[in-house]
Amino acid sequence: MRKIAIYGKGGIGKSTTTQNTVAGLAEMGKKVMVVGCDPKADSTRLLLGGLHQGTVLDTLRDEGEDVSLEDISKIGFKNTTCVESGGPEPGVGCAGRGIITSINLLEQLGAYADSQKLDYVFYDVLGDVVCGGFAMPIREGKAEEIYIVVSGEMMAMYAANNICKGIVKFAEAGAVRLGGIICNSRKVDNERAMIEAFAKKLGTQMIHFVPRDNMVQKAEINRKTVIDYDPTHTQADEYRALAKKIDANRMYVVPQPMHTDELEKLLIEYGIAN
Amino acid sequence: MSETTNNSLPDAAEVKKALLKKYPVKVARKREKQIVLNKCNGECDGNIQVPEIQANARTIPGIISMRGCAYAGCKGVVLGPTRDILHIVHGPIGCSYYAWLTRRNQTRPTSPEDPNYMTYCFSTDMQEEDIIYGGEKKLKKAIEEALAIFKPKALDIFATCPVGLIGDDVHAVAREAEKNHPDVNIFGFSCEGYKGVSQSAGHHIANNKVFTDVVGLNDKAKEGKFKINLLGEYNIGGDAFEIERIFEACGMKLHSTFSGNSTYDEFTSAHTADLNLVMCHRSINYLADMMETKYGIPWFKVNFIGAESTAKSLRKICEYFEDAELTKRTEEFIAKEMEAVSKEVAKYRPRCEGKLAMLFVGGSRAHHYQDLFKELGMEVISAGYEFAHRDDYEGRHVIPTIKVDSDSRNIEEIEVEKDPTRYSQRLSDERKKELEAKGLKMGYYEGMMPDMKENSLVIDDLNHHEAEVLIEKYKPSIFGAGVKEKYVIQKSGIPLKQIHSYDYSGPYAGFIGAINFYKEIDRMVNATPWKLIKAPWQAEPQLAATYAWE
Repeated sequence: MRKIAIYGKGGIGKSTTTQNTVAGLAEMGKKVMVVGCDPKADSTRLLLGGLHQGTVLDTLRDEGEDVSLEDISKIGFKNTTCVESGGPEPGVGCAGRGIITSINLLEQLGAYADSQKLDYVFYDVLGDVVCGGFAMPIREGKAEEIYIVVSGEMMAMYAANNICKGIVKFAEAGAVRLGGIICNSRKVDNERAMIEAFAKKLGTQMIHFVPRDNMVQKAEINRKTVIDYDPTHTQADEYRALAKKIDANRMYVVPQPMHTDELEKLLIEYGIAN
Repeated sequence: MSETTNNSLPDAAEVKKALLKKYPVKVARKREKQIVLNKCNGECDGNIQVPEIQANARTIPGIISMRGCAYAGCKGVVLGPTRDILHIVHGPIGCSYYAWLTRRNQTRPTSPEDPNYMTYCFSTDMQEEDIIYGGEKKLKKAIEEALAIFKPKALDIFATCPVGLIGDDVHAVAREAEKNHPDVNIFGFSCEGYKGVSQSAGHHIANNKVFTDVVGLNDKAKEGKFKINLLGEYNIGGDAFEIERIFEACGMKLHSTFSGNSTYDEFTSAHTADLNLVMCHRSINYLADMMETKYGIPWFKVNFIGAESTAKSLRKICEYFEDAELTKRTEEFIAKEMEAVSKEVAKYRPRCEGKLAMLFVGGSRAHHYQDLFKELGMEVISAGYEFAHRDDYEGRHVIPTIKVDSDSRNIEEIEVEKDPTRYSQRLSDERKKELEAKGLKMGYYEGMMPDMKENSLVIDDLNHHEAEVLIEKYKPSIFGAGVKEKYVIQKSGIPLKQIHSYDYSGPYAGFIGAINFYKEIDRMVNATPWKLIKAPWQAEPQLAATYAWE
């Protein structure tokens, strides 16, 4: 079983990219579980055709100790297993602690057991690595492969670089490695070349360049992945390609995060200066 | 091990070297400033000059400290002993359970109707889901439940560490609850355990809130002459009961004690008293200062631990009030009490004389209890506080020179002004000068060090390693500290007297208390079982090792 976590700046398209890629893997016949690690609980909406009802934490709160795996996991597109950690409303409590609790519970309930015959587990994690809770998927060998979703916008690259710092910290003690950078294009000038150079600087690869296409929005409004909504669309093929690349990927590195000056230099060289 | 008497003391400078020997360089450099050989360098501006000691600084990680947390200082020390404020601890159950004070602080309701919540333990019992989803709802429910069942006049909420981490707002909850129950005074304390470097931060937080939200709510003064507030007396082992007996016998009116055997109503009208007396300087001096600024109540430091010190403190009060009748009655009372005390001293002193003691406790107790040992002819060879600041060691005159670090800056310092209508200067500037000329220093604490002998070791924030070195070098007859230290020390065959909770005995304050203490110390230092046993490692050779840096 390959254990993958997807990180990236808020709003960059982590959930969308994850679910579309998972749809591609599922189409290939892979058995995939997606664990949403965002209190908003919207990481599996496209696979399930609507919001997941019954997050791990809500169920735990309502049912007490008597929680079974069936209560919290739903089956989505092409037999994917969908779990949402859930958590408090904004400004209340501790969502980070919630993620720790729910991943521990999933382990105890045997969600990752061999009997589940999973090929992949994907963690879709909220925003940046803001605290110990949001680092949970990369701690203690929960996820071993990280993909960072990024675009050619400066703040997205800043965030990606910061996430790499988090990975370095946990890579020293555990098995977690960076698998690559996924560029979710925002149609920034010279974006592909810049992200390729960015990935190289970090010691990794740009595993795929996902072009911007309104089809993604359209499918999303219909609560579907592109592969599900319009399997013949070229954008569906882009996600299939990404899924194949991830499936074939064997390049796992401890990233070398950049100093801020270095990152800015890169941006000037590829972006603003051109 | 055989005991040392003060005729064969090891060299204090050598002991200090031994204390620091095991430490890495950086740790030794820091501890070096916190372990001081006492020196009295004469007087300057009427203040006794002693060496500077570093205090109220962060404990070094990895060192087994004797300190407590801010929550312990706020809930456990200052507010806990008040019987009719309903104390709700917002946090996991352990924080509440271990701060339940039924065996430590005593209280005596005046009638069966007089409420006493000290036998209860109120907690929101936070669970993991309250951490994740926030605990404010549970807290609101707990308040409603407590109000419905107990109908208290006042209710306070104590924030524990997780509450601060997840951002539950205890003050907002308190305000909302008070809106729904305008006849109940509801207030919260941001006394999360991690604030500050020790429980001292919690004392300050408690002082601030009691001052802003409680003191001054009721202008109706108690009847009587010579109205006194006793600050920093927590009725451990019934100490306050003995002091109450003394005040009554002398004809002084105890208005309120902060906070042993105290009530909410007494707090609300405490600003009507004539004089504030301060016992535990560290935990309550803020309140004394603020009450002086806002209401004009002067304060001075007293000590009711030790028969001589009690007499001395009573005489100070008489001097302050300058009333012939009060003085006469007090002197008669002292004479009568001292007669009984002298008989006991004659009995116990010969059995204890010359023996050595050590005291590592509190923010004033390590000072106060030296007087009791002196009365037994015993010497406190080394002493220190857990959570004191420099002024508790060196005297308040050093306050302007204390460097305020970022840890202290995190604790709110409230700006206090004269109350436009209720301020009344009880002590004229002239009379103050007169009193000070006679040696009664107003608003001052001289600290522990001027009262200690030359070359005695003064150690702030003592830890287990140093305690072990100290007892090995000095072989004292008794060690005074708390329950955390008790069994470590006793394993070395040295009796430990708890000075935080008195091992469930006491009282030790006042005259009766002094007699109790003599008996107890005689029992402890002259009991032989400690000397009859030998640990296996004392008889058999043991494996020895050194650290790589040694």
